[in-house]
Amino acid sequence: MNEQTPISREERIKNLKGIGSARKRVEDARFTQGAGNYVDDINLPGMLFGDFVRSSHSHARIISIDKEAALAVPGVIAILTAEDLKPLNLHYMPTLAGDVQAVLADEKVLFQNQEIAFVIAEDRYIAADAVELVEVEYEELPPITDAFKAMDDDAPVLREDIQDKMEGAHGPRKHKNHIFLWEQGDKEGSEKALADADVVVEELITYQRVHPCPLETCGCVASMDKINGKLTLYGTFQAPHAVRTVASLITNIAEHNIRVVSPDIGGGFGNKVGVYPGYICATVASIVTGVPVKWVEDRIENLTSTAFARDYHMTGKIAATKEGKITGLWCHVLADHGAFDACADPTKFPAGFFNIVTGSYDIPVAYVGVDGVYTNKAPGGVAYRCSFRVTEAAYLIERMIEILAQKLNMDPVELRLKNFIKKEQFPYQSALGWEYDSGDYHTAMEKGMAAVDYPALRAEQAEKRAAFDRGETRTLMGIGTAFFTEIVGAGPVKNCDILGLGMFDSCEIRIHPTGSAIARLGTISQGQGHATTFAQIVATEIGIPAEDITLEEGDTDTAPYGLGTYGSRSTPVAGAATAMAGRKIRAKAQMIAAYLLEVHEGDLEWDVDRFQIKGNPEAHKTMKEIAFASYNQAIPGLEPGLEAVSYYDPPNMTYPYGAYFCVLDIDVDTGVVDVRRFYALDDCGTRINPMIIEGQVHGGLTEALAIAMGQEITYDEMGNVKGGSLMDFYLPTAVETPVWETDETVVPSPHHPIGAKGVGESPNVGGVPAFSNAVNDAFAHKGLTHTQMPHDHWRVWKTAEKLGLSG
Amino acid sequence: MSKMNVKMTVNGKEIESLSEPRTLLIHFLREDHKLKGPHIGCDTGHCGACTVDLDGKSVKSCMTFVGQANGANVTTIEGIANPDGTLHVLQEAFKEHHGLQCGFCTPGMITRAYRLLQENPSPTEKEIRYGISGNLCRCTGYQNIVKAISMAAQTLNTQEAAE
Ligand code: FES
Ligand code: FES
Repeated sequence: MNEQTPISREERIKNLKGIGSARKRVEDARFTQGAGNYVDDINLPGMLFGDFVRSSHSHARIISIDKEAALAVPGVIAILTAEDLKPLNLHYMPTLAGDVQAVLADEKVLFQNQEIAFVIAEDRYIAADAVELVEVEYEELPPITDAFKAMDDDAPVLREDIQDKMEGAHGPRKHKNHIFLWEQGDKEGSEKALADADVVVEELITYQRVHPCPLETCGCVASMDKINGKLTLYGTFQAPHAVRTVASLITNIAEHNIRVVSPDIGGGFGNKVGVYPGYICATVASIVTGVPVKWVEDRIENLTSTAFARDYHMTGKIAATKEGKITGLWCHVLADHGAFDACADPTKFPAGFFNIVTGSYDIPVAYVGVDGVYTNKAPGGVAYRCSFRVTEAAYLIERMIEILAQKLNMDPVELRLKNFIKKEQFPYQSALGWEYDSGDYHTAMEKGMAAVDYPALRAEQAEKRAAFDRGETRTLMGIGTAFFTEIVGAGPVKNCDILGLGMFDSCEIRIHPTGSAIARLGTISQGQGHATTFAQIVATEIGIPAEDITLEEGDTDTAPYGLGTYGSRSTPVAGAATAMAGRKIRAKAQMIAAYLLEVHEGDLEWDVDRFQIKGNPEAHKTMKEIAFASYNQAIPGLEPGLEAVSYYDPPNMTYPYGAYFCVLDIDVDTGVVDVRRFYALDDCGTRINPMIIEGQVHGGLTEALAIAMGQEITYDEMGNVKGGSLMDFYLPTAVETPVWETDETVVPSPHHPIGAKGVGESPNVGGVPAFSNAVNDAFAHKGLTHTQMPHDHWRVWKTAEKLGLSG
Repeated sequence: MSKMNVKMTVNGKEIESLSEPRTLLIHFLREDHKLKGPHIGCDTGHCGACTVDLDGKSVKSCMTFVGQANGANVTTIEGIANPDGTLHVLQEAFKEHHGLQCGFCTPGMITRAYRLLQENPSPTEKEIRYGISGNLCRCTGYQNIVKAISMAAQTLNTQEAAE
């Protein structure tokens, strides 16, 4: 039953819409019609609504909580406090970082807007009314808002619950407000390199506290079915299986009786990895009331209580020869984790993969020490559109390179080219313990330089600077370069786990008799277009058109176990699992084809969508034919059906990289920064869907713009959070956002089945230093070595003023 | 709390219900009338995810009490498609030019663009950027949204010229 009119091989490849095709997204039909299904769209019969009473103080003892007036409001069902959770042992919950976090404040509050009581009411208006009526009496305590003061001798003890536990999850704690010290590399060796060097530069570089702020906030609907004992939890979960396991561990409900569903997610960017008090409270509330309970935070709650990112105070020292060869790197980080260590990092990496800080450079010796401390700020420390702490590391090294170049009086691009890891050095063993899989940095950098005509930009800048000095213009031109190397795709189970769960991922593919298919994954899309791209991987691997493949994620009852989507791990890990599951299918298909064609398996070869007899392509069986045969023929020695599952434990991480250039003009009298050009070259290995990659780069660059140019969550000295609404927290509109130019090189990952490396987070990692370097570069000739982010108008103007430039 | 009788035309259909006057239009649409297209991204008037068309103007429905919309003619994303059920040119253009990722801003964004193209049928890139500056998107970096709106404008103008 071979087809009547044979079509060309090219045509067959095109029909698959497999790897490399700019296939349009299958998700878009429902989203453009307002038919998405996000968590707040879920309405179950009889559903109640929960809302939090939150702390007005950053550090205080709770003297009393008076619920009486609130309980009297018609429609209020119950109000939970820590006292209600204690008998269930749920007043604290484990964090992903080995700490515990108060679900509802237990005797003491540790940050402003901390959860104190959970009001359950018939609708959100009644809940909000009741929240206002809960009276909390406090005794104020002195807060710590400056991480540098957290370990002072006379610092108040923040975490009384663990004050006697001086052995933390990551080793000894040297102060009651200390969380961990994480050290990597060769301290003595680096110090020696610094002592022996011709040139040393040192700088304290702060990466301010920011927030991922996806457009949809976090929320859940918990539904306990008392009759069959099953708990269903719908929510904005970037890692639904991990949530199920954690929920089972802390509620003692057997894991098979818990179903976790991530519906459509309105952006995550790291915000939706953690476990939040709202999830626990909604679950308890549903268990107590026997009806479904919804909790959805508002924007202010989102910005002030769930998952901040960064807040790293980084001191870097680089040693180099006078010719500009780097001989050593030393860094120390003071990491402000807020009131609870709720970082979302693999267990053995309390500072994530910060030890990627040697970046793209061949640095012979390096040392990193990270001290984590508690302060009276919101807990978190998530990876905001980056692999764990990689963006912090990339920012530090890319600023330090510029500072070194300035000291050496050398062009920063030339300094980079001089120190890059060379193509022939891959796989490259870094001084801090990573094995970089593949790359060709020189080619990428040179391609970027040519695209932006780097020498011409520098010449233009020199002219503009002269014109500025002659008083002919009030603007300064800045050129920012960043060359980043990311480490993504966590990760190999031998060293990566979260709460003891190995960071593999999974895919299950089932071929239907008529030759269409369903694939299920352990990941969950939050806008990355998984339903589109993973189907493309399957299409290429098994020769069934992507259009004929349904992709499902996010329901733990049906999807195979996986660790979810964050840290750019979906493509490197689940993408690999998908390819491997496809290959298992193909292996069985080959046996079936051999039977049907009455030849030996070895006589067959795979060609796009079929097995054909070597040397006789006319004799073939398409995957569609094979699928049907697998269901309707008794084939000796083979089970019927055609399906496979693969759990993929990656042998290594992947190391995407890129060369970014930013050109901007600064008005020294107003501090207004005009980004005139931004060029981003990314190498993410094999490109599955170029349209989606480009979209990811645009989005990531816009987030980088936001971080570098304006985002910050600050606290005053009393611990009052500033910047807790979209009034103050900077999200660029279409007006401030420049036009993005994208470009690529392709060096596939050698250990990944299809060579893909992951891209979603690269633009954030590379974009932030490119913007910041450009602002610093604009003032470099006037003696500036470093000015802290965010580079908002006021700060930029301040910098100009300090340098005596503003009018 | 006492309730008031609210009447409005939503997506061409008359609806009527008893609501507390303080009910926000976004909750009235989403919860009382199951129109889940408009979303809540901030409830402080900054993000535009809740944008609906109210008497010919783009309005943030999280900033509008039902009382203020009493008697109004409201269009949400659910009412943007053509009467024959095919997608509106803007909806097609957003799909075609990858103008969305997570989709959370999309209903508000398209609803805003729908009004923008009536206010200014041939906007420049800059005018589009200003025209949608009340709508935030965290995923796309706007570039493909701007492109989608601009392509949709061209298509609509060509269609009109042909008619
Ligand atoms: S929800 Fe209305 S503007 Fe954000
Ligand atoms: S597509 Fe996610 S916010 Fe716009």
